[in-house]
Amino acid sequence: MISMSGKPLAAIVSAGLSKFGRREGLYGRELFLEAAGEAFDRCPNLDPRRDIKGVFVGHMGESYEHQGHTGPTISDWLGLTPTQGFRFESACASSSAALRCAVMAIASGLLDIVLVGGVEKMTHRTTPEVTEYLAMASDFPFEQWHGLTFPGLFALMATAHMHKYGTTEEQLAMVAVKNHKNASMNPKAQFQKVITLEDALKSRVIAWPLKLFDCSPITDGASCAILVKPELAKKFTDTPIYIIGSGGATDRLGVYARDDITSLLSAKVASQEAYKMAGVEPKDIDVAEVHDCFTIAEVILYEDLGFCPKGYGGKFIEEGQTHIGGKIPVNTSGGLKAKGHPVGATGVAQVYEIYLQLTGQAGPRQVSGAEIALTHNMGGSGASAFVHIYRRGD
Amino acid sequence: MSQQEALTPPPTVESFYKFVAEGKLMAVKCKKCGKIIAPPRPVCDGCLSRDLEWVQLKGEGELVTFTIIHVPPVQFASMAPYTVAVVKMDEGPKLPGIVKGVTQPDQLKIGMRMKVVFEPAPQQQTWPQWPRYYFEPA
Ligand SMILES: [Zn+2]
Repeated sequence: MISMSGKPLAAIVSAGLSKFGRREGLYGRELFLEAAGEAFDRCPNLDPRRDIKGVFVGHMGESYEHQGHTGPTISDWLGLTPTQGFRFESACASSSAALRCAVMAIASGLLDIVLVGGVEKMTHRTTPEVTEYLAMASDFPFEQWHGLTFPGLFALMATAHMHKYGTTEEQLAMVAVKNHKNASMNPKAQFQKVITLEDALKSRVIAWPLKLFDCSPITDGASCAILVKPELAKKFTDTPIYIIGSGGATDRLGVYARDDITSLLSAKVASQEAYKMAGVEPKDIDVAEVHDCFTIAEVILYEDLGFCPKGYGGKFIEEGQTHIGGKIPVNTSGGLKAKGHPVGATGVAQVYEIYLQLTGQAGPRQVSGAEIALTHNMGGSGASAFVHIYRRGD
Repeated sequence: MSQQEALTPPPTVESFYKFVAEGKLMAVKCKKCGKIIAPPRPVCDGCLSRDLEWVQLKGEGELVTFTIIHVPPVQFASMAPYTVAVVKMDEGPKLPGIVKGVTQPDQLKIGMRMKVVFEPAPQQQTWPQWPRYYFEPA
């Protein structure tokens, strides 16, 4: 690993996000143009056909729309043929895999301007169909074959965490309440209504101890960001944000096979790499978007990303430390939980929120004076994870 | 790594479930570092050796964690709610499996003793033709 200690690896000069939710009558490629259109509108100095040298797209499943080969598909619909297009698949972390590889492409000097994004169109499928497609990211012969679903896999972590550290169902529900509140201030979020602790606790059981409000929804959406080499940033914007740390890691595919079921190894390893590269510590992070596919994931991530000591995650949300105005606001966008989780789009959708936060455009959910930010995006039950650290440009 | 004599049957998912059909829970043991691995795989996940031998697990262990599935995948719809646990077998490996006869969280306690049970599986026409093993409180 290169030690760069805060040197910009790449600059983000623009970003765009489609409205998240049920987007009836739209095809994934059309949703992607909604996100890309916003990114282009925000960056009038960018001439897509002249400038963009590669299209890096996260997309988990071809089953949803009978459509694979997403790289050239999106490149074509953007009107950028014959620009090279790539599809990245790392389950729910697909577009942060695309982001990390775009950073590598720029840092290597091979490409100087890259469009990175992600897309998933899911809601036209039935819930059992979506459940089956998502489950493909888990271990088929041992997890799916023995009746485990994604809520079930995270429930295994929740039961173990509650037993070992005394984490409570109320504390998990507090994550849902916070993220719904944040989403109510985000016009692009799938859910626009605040919920109460009682709503969350009384919702129906999906996979005990997880209930409906512990789970992220099925969502249509697309996300997009324009990455350029740092020297070019000011050509496109007065307010670039710099990626100063990037980390990637894996964990055992099966949750059952992991040494510690209360911990997400990939988050630990990827964040340590990113922190070291960026030359920052967890206490330096002003705002973070983390992968709250289930409320227990956010609690475990507080710990494994170093925001609080191991086992303290439940208390950390209870104390309000991750609310806007707290020690480290987490998931100001509403997170996967309430903004929505179109799996392939989620990683770069987190980047979009950080782009708004670090350029002071997050409106009522703005974290004042935010300078350093982090995103964490994981695939499946955490068998893959990517962490990025960002700094506001001068 | 030198070429080792091939293990028969091969240390695969397919072989593991063929043994389950015979009512045996089988693991592989690494001849180099001694690690016992289940589900089996062709390379030791402790030391990367490919020099392995089959060993039979006693089928007893300790409950690590569990969940009760209320919203199941389509194929499991008739069984819901049902419990899936992770059990750490006494020989070391951890395995997931459905717990027979448990639908309430207070029926189980983390750390309690569990045992493996086998049930004849209906003939499947399509891939995969794998039977299941199950767990029960011991
Ligand atoms: Zn070994």
